[in-house]
Amino acid sequence: MTAQTHSAAEYALELRGIDKHFGAVHANKNIDLKVEKGTIHGIVGENGAGKSTLMSIIYGFYEADQGDIAIDGQVLKIRDSKTAIASGIGMVHQHFMLIQNFTALENVVLGAESGELIDDSLDKARTELNRLSDEFGLSVPLDQPVEELSVGFQQRIEILKALYRGARILILDEPTGVLTPQETEHLFKVLDSLKAQGTTVILITHKLREILAATDNVSVMRRGEMVAHVKTAETNQEELAELMVGRKVLLQVDKGDSAPGDVKLSVRNLSMTDSAGVKRLDNVSLDVRAGEIVGIAGVSGNGQSELLETLAGITPVDSGTIDLNGHTLDVQHPMNPSQVRKAGIGHIPEDRHRMGLINTFSAYEAFVLGYHRNHEYNGALQMKQGAIIEDCKEKMERWDVRPQDPYLKTANFSGGNQQKLVIAREIEQNPDVLLIGQPTRGVDIGAIESIHKRILEMRDAGKAILLVSVELDEIRSLSDRILVMFDGTIVGEVPADKADERTLGLMMANIVPDDIKALQAEEPA
Amino acid sequence: MSQHRIPAWITVGVIPLANVAMAALAAALVFWYLNINPLDALQAMVYGAFGSSYGWGYTLYYMTSYIFTGLAVAVVFQAGMFNIGGEGQAYIGALGVGLVCLGLGGHVPFIVLLPISIIAAFVFGGLWALIPAWLQAKRGSHIVITTIMFNFIAASLMNYLLINFMKPAGTMSVESAVFDPSSWIPKMHEALALIGISIDRSPLNLSMFWALFVAFAVWFFLWRTRWGYEVRAMGSNASGAQYGGISIPGTVIMIMIIGGGLAGFMALNVVQGEAHQIKLNLVNQMGFTGIAVALMGRNHPFGIVIASLLFGFLTQGGSELQFEYSVDARIVVVLQGLVILFSGALQNMMKHPIERLYLRVTSNRRKASEELAAEA
Repeated sequence: MTAQTHSAAEYALELRGIDKHFGAVHANKNIDLKVEKGTIHGIVGENGAGKSTLMSIIYGFYEADQGDIAIDGQVLKIRDSKTAIASGIGMVHQHFMLIQNFTALENVVLGAESGELIDDSLDKARTELNRLSDEFGLSVPLDQPVEELSVGFQQRIEILKALYRGARILILDEPTGVLTPQETEHLFKVLDSLKAQGTTVILITHKLREILAATDNVSVMRRGEMVAHVKTAETNQEELAELMVGRKVLLQVDKGDSAPGDVKLSVRNLSMTDSAGVKRLDNVSLDVRAGEIVGIAGVSGNGQSELLETLAGITPVDSGTIDLNGHTLDVQHPMNPSQVRKAGIGHIPEDRHRMGLINTFSAYEAFVLGYHRNHEYNGALQMKQGAIIEDCKEKMERWDVRPQDPYLKTANFSGGNQQKLVIAREIEQNPDVLLIGQPTRGVDIGAIESIHKRILEMRDAGKAILLVSVELDEIRSLSDRILVMFDGTIVGEVPADKADERTLGLMMANIVPDDIKALQAEEPA
Repeated sequence: MSQHRIPAWITVGVIPLANVAMAALAAALVFWYLNINPLDALQAMVYGAFGSSYGWGYTLYYMTSYIFTGLAVAVVFQAGMFNIGGEGQAYIGALGVGLVCLGLGGHVPFIVLLPISIIAAFVFGGLWALIPAWLQAKRGSHIVITTIMFNFIAASLMNYLLINFMKPAGTMSVESAVFDPSSWIPKMHEALALIGISIDRSPLNLSMFWALFVAFAVWFFLWRTRWGYEVRAMGSNASGAQYGGISIPGTVIMIMIIGGGLAGFMALNVVQGEAHQIKLNLVNQMGFTGIAVALMGRNHPFGIVIASLLFGFLTQGGSELQFEYSVDARIVVVLQGLVILFSGALQNMMKHPIERLYLRVTSNRRKASEELAAEA
């Protein structure tokens, strides 16, 4: 590190007029940003607003077409991430970049070895990491393979990696997506102590509540432009949401009381072991009635996906019984996804890219996936392309899918519109039971509002809805009852009115608070 | 990138042509090294392949075979798998055709025999592909490995059958008896002679029309039927297809039978149309060349017809070259290799510069027209 010759520059990072095109897409338009030294600076914006592009420019993955980047008041040309690291920038990506079968220590040293022999580097790193851990509350089991560590620990390793390389500006991209509320809280404490030691933190997120909780200043991006810089203390969620979307948004949905009817979906003692021999579902039982939304909360990867996929007929049942709208699904009576659909079950999958859509298909083709054998879409030999396209056009209009072009490749729609395509497809078939996974993942705030409204409309129309989401706010605002999953089991049930964040957070870590225990004891099993 | 897409004429027209041009340049270097003027070589090839109805006949005859073996790779590729077994599937298809012609030839009229031999070619080729398909679908054995192995098994099996059962007594060469002439698929020169058009004798026969029809049928199957829909869905996103209720094992087995059957059709051209007997090693690498044809034709039936014509030209023009300049016969393989290298392995080398150039030209033009509009 060179001696600080500059008169202590006020800004750790300063961007002036950053401009970036990808082909015809103007991803960043004349961006100015000043990040004060030793602060936590939030950057919010919808998907596609240009946040990731901007961070990639700072980290040297892309080069800006125009504009300057100044670090500590010094203008630098950042051509690659090596330069970025050397200038003290560290980045924690949304998807961790760790070697799964390496230990934490080996992962930290990787790429920053100090000599030919690895042992020296490891020793040196161990001393340094112990110091860093103590200083910032970032303790990590250094000698355990990363694959055995929880996501929270893995994230700490990513942070340590950046600090070990001398990061003075730490960029975190959507760091809380995979954390429990308690882990999130701990992360924010770590960020605070980093700040106290003079590190500058840039926090990119779409969760407005976290911005308010953790940052000093916040910058808002919309459609490639920086639309506002505000002091966190002087703003609120509503204002930020409005800045992000460009119009007023309703964050809380108005929900009337539910009128539960008959049980439409009933699961008893369901267990499932995956091909690697790991028990993914362990003795799960639940009921969903017509006209109610049952939410499943939990940190992602605790069996929610497996539950949905088993109910949808994608993964076979190992043991236990499922009653799907009057049809039995168990080991003796397996059902495949098309039989499940015929039984009146609609399934909006968690991951629209992996499952819900075929990205190379045109919108109209993706629009019949799962229903492509239906009578109304087929002639004797060929599919009724004209009828499918007409149908697709009509539903696109009804659901306000934009652009309204049935021929456009599904990959070329925005995330929100892709999700609307999937939801429209499933709901328009008028199922009795809806399995919904992460309905608003990667969807703009504006679209979230309308998707939530539709889901409530379905409930009020008497559908039984099982909703899986890792967004606690979503679960809380939509569900009538909330079940919490941990490690393949259902930890407990919380009525919607008792579901505050602390309670859910504890249960997501497999701790049931006493008041909930008492509540469950009252109810007959 | 999403707003201004590259039009199809660039993707399926300009870029493949540029790739072939690059291959031609590289081939020119080879000829230059061999002390042959590249332009003379090109002229010899073009003249050899297209200069006479004799040359045309051979070129189209090879094209017919390549269409079948190319489609055999392409349909399976649309389902996301790689069928390397065209060689063996075509060989076993030839067994089917041969058995029908040997058994029924002379006993039933051609009009009855032909549909049976077409079905036999498809069924034998398809069943040969069924075993690897079943192993893939039910056991997870990788289809690339198993189809390659089945090429060798097919070759050994045919050796065995030819030597022990099909070779007429008293002959030395390993080949079956010649079929009854009534079972032969008519040659093009004979057929055209009936309507008063005279062309040179060549192996080209009427199965060429069947090849063109089959290419169209494959297109119809893939893009117009629900089975084709399922195949394409699986090919581009298997878990999405599964979510959509499509049976992955079932689709694997169906598409492999179709692929094997298409490869089997090659025997109609080579065996029933030209050789009129089952010969040792009759597929002669055309099954493997089908992989290159499919690659070049972007796994699209119409692209494959065009790519087959190109490979037909290379095969016929290359053998003329060998005749004219007495270069090694394997010059054909060198030329094919260069085409595969540039249009397969290096396809993105030309793709990105051309696409970028196109985007720049169109965006300039758009800007200019916007400025004009602004001024007006």
